[in-house]
Amino acid sequence: MRYAFFSLALSLLAGPLAAFELEERVLFDSPGEGPTLRILSTTDIGLMRPVIEAFLEENPEISIDYHAASSTEVMLALTEEAAEFDVAISSAMDLQVRLANDGYAQDHRSDATRGLPEWARWHDQVFGFTLEPATIVLSRDDFEGMDLPQTRQDLIALLRDNPEQFEGRIGTYDVRTSGLGYLFATQDARTSETYWRLSEVMGGMQARLYCCSDDMIGDVASGEIAMAYNVLGSYADARTDLHEDIHIIRPEDFTTVMMRTAVIPETAQAPDAAGLFVDHLIESSWAQENSSFSFLGVTPQGLAQSASLRPIQLGPGLLVYLDRLKRRQFLEEWSAALVQQPE
Amino acid sequence: MSIFRAGTGSIRRRLTLQLLASAALLAVVLFVIVFNFARQIGAESQDRVLAASAASILEATAVQSGEIVIDIPYFAFSMLDNANDDRVFYQIAQDGEVLTGYDDLQTARGPGSAPNFATVAFRGEVLRVVTQTRRLSSDGRPVNVTVTVGQTRDAQAEVLNRISRMAVALGIGFFVVSALLAILAGRVTAESLSRLAASVSRRGPEDLRPVVADVPAEMRPLVRSLNAMIARLSGAFNRTEDFIAEAAHRVRTPLATVRAHAENTLRRVDREENRDSLREMIRAIDESSRAAGQLLDHAMVSLRVDQLELHPVDLHSLTRELADKLAPVAEMRDMDIRLNRMAGAEVMGDAILIQNALRNVLENAIKYSPADTAIDIDLQVRDHRAYVSIRDQGPGFRPGEASTLTGRFTRGENAAGTIGSGLGLTIADEVARAHNGQIEMTNNTEGPGACVTLSFPLR
Ligand SMILES: Nc1ncnc2c1ncn2[C@@H]1O[C@H](COP(=O)(O)OP(=O)(O)OP(=O)(O)O)[C@@H](O)[C@H]1O
Ligand SMILES: [Mg+2]
Repeated sequence: MRYAFFSLALSLLAGPLAAFELEERVLFDSPGEGPTLRILSTTDIGLMRPVIEAFLEENPEISIDYHAASSTEVMLALTEEAAEFDVAISSAMDLQVRLANDGYAQDHRSDATRGLPEWARWHDQVFGFTLEPATIVLSRDDFEGMDLPQTRQDLIALLRDNPEQFEGRIGTYDVRTSGLGYLFATQDARTSETYWRLSEVMGGMQARLYCCSDDMIGDVASGEIAMAYNVLGSYADARTDLHEDIHIIRPEDFTTVMMRTAVIPETAQAPDAAGLFVDHLIESSWAQENSSFSFLGVTPQGLAQSASLRPIQLGPGLLVYLDRLKRRQFLEEWSAALVQQPE
Repeated sequence: MSIFRAGTGSIRRRLTLQLLASAALLAVVLFVIVFNFARQIGAESQDRVLAASAASILEATAVQSGEIVIDIPYFAFSMLDNANDDRVFYQIAQDGEVLTGYDDLQTARGPGSAPNFATVAFRGEVLRVVTQTRRLSSDGRPVNVTVTVGQTRDAQAEVLNRISRMAVALGIGFFVVSALLAILAGRVTAESLSRLAASVSRRGPEDLRPVVADVPAEMRPLVRSLNAMIARLSGAFNRTEDFIAEAAHRVRTPLATVRAHAENTLRRVDREENRDSLREMIRAIDESSRAAGQLLDHAMVSLRVDQLELHPVDLHSLTRELADKLAPVAEMRDMDIRLNRMAGAEVMGDAILIQNALRNVLENAIKYSPADTAIDIDLQVRDHRAYVSIRDQGPGFRPGEASTLTGRFTRGENAAGTIGSGLGLTIADEVARAHNGQIEMTNNTEGPGACVTLSFPLR
């Protein structure tokens, strides 16, 4: 390995550097004279590492300083803090669109971006490079000998029929703290009323609320909970070590598909290197059929063929749920459904 | 030399240029109209979507337990999505106080509750904004909720771009087609004019029939006046011919009468001084009679030369008849007219004119030669030409004088005592030239006397 690579506990380091909260920081230091690309991302370094290493293979003069943070922190860093990053990667499509809409992003045009389908880019500023479904993850132990629920209606019926088995053993995002959870919830609510009925049921069974997909997957695998709703399918797929213990279900009534998106912030110091990196992301995910990329839970072809897969559209519609009033109302409604006091 | 005034140019070019200029103007007007129309339509359609968006937000505004609740529908913004990914901004205010959205967004102010539109600058972009207000009642007091939705205009600009490119192509296409039509129109118009010109100039000089060329309606007045002019011209020709004949008659008759009276009187008068006066009187009468005759002949010759009509003329018999006719005159002076080598020759021309020319030459020979001499006439053919030469045995032409004698009213020095007007050789010269012929005046090489030769091309 040519790169001096180190991971630091960022509570030590991030404090004096930035006011926003970092979760992780990794430096891929190249011996070359080239620029250092500062990436701010909601994606765990573990999942990004192969892509980054492939990029550095092609561009050995560039160094990469990778920062991981939550989606809200990413947004905050780039707007309020005006922190200088060259690429912002986020699973929160709404926040990325908002960045671009409000003028915090810069244009990037290349052969790679032109190759993207119309719905996978917005304003030449937001570029989708993954397709990741929101899935239901079930514990194999708990569903031993049972028909697996394939739709939300199945799930509602199942929970209603077996309250004692699932009481306190359902997990889902806490949409108050998770940007991605909020995105999934709002899209679900927009797509079907079933979401609210399911939420009522889950709330009635003391659903546990999580910050992250990884935690939910872990708890399902360990049998801590029996099922988790709206888990990132790409993360679940990536945990091949746990596939013995879990089922990954893409609901047949509809499966929300999220795009991880990259934005080059207005304040980028190395926009050219950033453009190269964004092109690399797009090419390694869209262009290659069998890429080593761990995020392609859904291929563009699969998307075209399946009726139940519903990709979230990049566009101004995403701004609606970011509205102060709209968000407050949604969270009130959501809390009323999910955070019920036990009777 | 040109009888046309300069500066009027060519009808074809003028017509073509005028049509081209108007085609260019129309093309520009077409472009401007299409462009403005497109801009208006584009702006209107964006305004409509913006208004629908604002209306859908107001629609979702309600009062719940004394509080304003606004549930912005998803489609309020998603309907603004377009291929150019135009950016969207909004603001919702209650009685002027911003509830949510972009605080610094400028609203479109205007009277009434109808949507107001404005184009404003916002964060370095130009936005089209709509502002619409809805009045609600909360706890019995009125509340105004104002929604402003703004959008960048990239899509509109692109559509406008596309349409203006199309409009430019349309304008150019229109111009090219009109230009071709203009050139064609110019050519067709010019052609009908030149057809008329050709049909007029093709006709012979004697052809004074009216023009019947098929011409466009606009040119009919021209043809009509042209025909009227031709009619007047041919009338004038006929009248002039009649007039000359009439005038010759009217002048000669009284002069002949006066001369007869004077001669009668001379016979009866004995006093020598009276007789001298009478002789001078007779001489003056002869001079006048000759002058009038020659003038009228000359006029007639000029007229016939102007509209020369060619017919075959047998020069041989014409010369013979003329010699016979003047033989009595010659005899009065004991002169002999000898026809020597007389070849047969036929020429194209006006017999009256040719006869007139030969007669004047023969008269001169008789007039300017002493009595009791002979006049020799020869008709020869050489190199496709007929040569009629008349030789006398008189004094001949003075050296250097011959070339001037064809001038009008020009007489030689030897003419002092003889009656004449100086038009005879003028007539002969004009007739010869009108027939592509020549008159040559020399003196005989052997012996004294003048030799005048008229030559004409053979038929
Ligand atoms: N055969 C000739 N011999 C000598 N001189 C001549 C002869 N023919 C013509 N001339 C000279 O040329 C002049 C011009 O002749 P022309 O016939 O034109 O006029 P004209 O005889 O004087 O008058 P008229 O018009 O009555 O014939 C004459 O005046 C004369 O001087
Ligand atoms: Mg004469």
